[in-house]
Amino acid sequence: MLLLLFEQFLNGLQIGLLLFLLAAGLTLVFGIMDLVNLAHGSLYMMGAYFAAVFTQWTGNFFLGALLALPAGALLGIVVEVIALRTLYTRDHLDQVLATFGLILFFNEFARVVFGAGGMAIELPSWLEGQVMVMPGLPYPSFRFLIIVVGLACAGFLYLLVQKTRLGMLIRAGASNREMVGALGIDIKLLFTLVFGLGSALAALAGLMSGPITTVQIGMGDNILILALVVIVIGGIGSIRGAFIAAIAIGVIDTMGRAFLPNMLGTVLNPSDAGTLAQALSSMLIYILMAAVLVLRPAGLFPAPGR
Amino acid sequence: MSLLEVEAIDTFYGRSQVLFGMNLAIAAGEVVTLMGRNGMGKTTTIRSIMGLTPAARGKIRFRGEDIRSLPSYRVAKVGLGLVPEGRQIFPNLSVKENLIATAANRNGASQPWTYERVVELFPRLAERANNMGNQLSGGEQQMLAVGRALMTNPHLLILDEATEGLAPLIRLEIWNCLERLKQTGQSILVVDKNVEALTRLANRHYVIEKGRVVWQGDSEALRAAPDIRHRYLGI
Repeated sequence: MLLLLFEQFLNGLQIGLLLFLLAAGLTLVFGIMDLVNLAHGSLYMMGAYFAAVFTQWTGNFFLGALLALPAGALLGIVVEVIALRTLYTRDHLDQVLATFGLILFFNEFARVVFGAGGMAIELPSWLEGQVMVMPGLPYPSFRFLIIVVGLACAGFLYLLVQKTRLGMLIRAGASNREMVGALGIDIKLLFTLVFGLGSALAALAGLMSGPITTVQIGMGDNILILALVVIVIGGIGSIRGAFIAAIAIGVIDTMGRAFLPNMLGTVLNPSDAGTLAQALSSMLIYILMAAVLVLRPAGLFPAPGR
Repeated sequence: MSLLEVEAIDTFYGRSQVLFGMNLAIAAGEVVTLMGRNGMGKTTTIRSIMGLTPAARGKIRFRGEDIRSLPSYRVAKVGLGLVPEGRQIFPNLSVKENLIATAANRNGASQPWTYERVVELFPRLAERANNMGNQLSGGEQQMLAVGRALMTNPHLLILDEATEGLAPLIRLEIWNCLERLKQTGQSILVVDKNVEALTRLANRHYVIEKGRVVWQGDSEALRAAPDIRHRYLGI
């Protein structure tokens, strides 16, 4: 039982870290430039497609991933310069409409370029197996790798944001954009860099989930909703909040789906328990979001000055 | 040659005009003040110079270069350092981070301002180095805002409401600091309501009303003009 619990925790952690990679870019963009970017999920999808194509091309998943990351960053920068720059001064509804348009564009773009059927990413054979994370608990190697990479990225982002001058400017920009500009920093350039970084992280999340789910059109749409829930719970503009909220959501969602049916089964008859558990477990994270919004409307770790 | 020349600028917020042919000039090494009652356009003049609320018409030249339509980050880069009204310290950065985040020596000052020199000027900031910006008193915030602007090594330091809302002792410390900066040859444009302190500190003064200059002159002339002080400054 304890092993099962731990295994489900690892599954939740893995999903949470993927969510974090997506939410980190989203929360920085929202926090600094006050831009709601629904197309962030498209960058996740495009990252997965890039990795699929480059993996086929080079015959090696790691080379493919290594090429997909700069491609994802570059795509993000192009999207920012061409489409998003004009939206900063517009209100949120305009931004939602325009970036929703980008989702439609990218889904159609993927259909035309990569085909409607979706693509599989082939892993090297040593990643197809399992590792012993503790005695008696084998765990899929690739999912374990996702956890390691996700934690490494979280550590890297922490150092970048907390310890470097670029990070200081990112934080300063989140609290007072005008003043950062008045002190001689080109905030547009700063934002393009941040956007490129966020896109690379989204691409990384996409290419890591590709081998598990298959790469397909619209794969970024559902996870984008979860990422939005993450940044609302974590506090807009806060990397730390995004990290904690993403892991919480990953773990709660996974645990709920795994254990609610049995827990309810002890008090209800099996068929009612099954129905109720299914409904409840898909609502759990939204219940959590509602609770956070009631108690702390600005999220758990709101960026100061907003 | 003037360091900064502002010639006949008109500035609007939306449709309402705030500056009507505003003029101003500062020579290198000079300390110049901008005085006037609230709402007469002092802050707007500074925002226009900094490119934060660009002037619609007129000329703004800095060291001969036209800066009127430059975005504010480019204005800062040519050598203007702003200490804004309300200080606008970054609340989520530590004191030390506030100082070094935007630090630069773009114009190759021979003795650039560094973190060490700033905390020498304001020892209080050294004690608070690891505090966050929002944990400071008003006086400490103002010292930090001055230090932050100095760390960009500006040709011209601009202070909007240099001592507003500060305790008398802290005010004195700010005035002494500005006096020391003046001794080193730093050019300063300062807005404040303390006419006595400004008269002692500055070389020349501009009094503005309704977005235009109604009087200008040196400290001696201002002392000798009680009617001006009464009519436009309310003292």
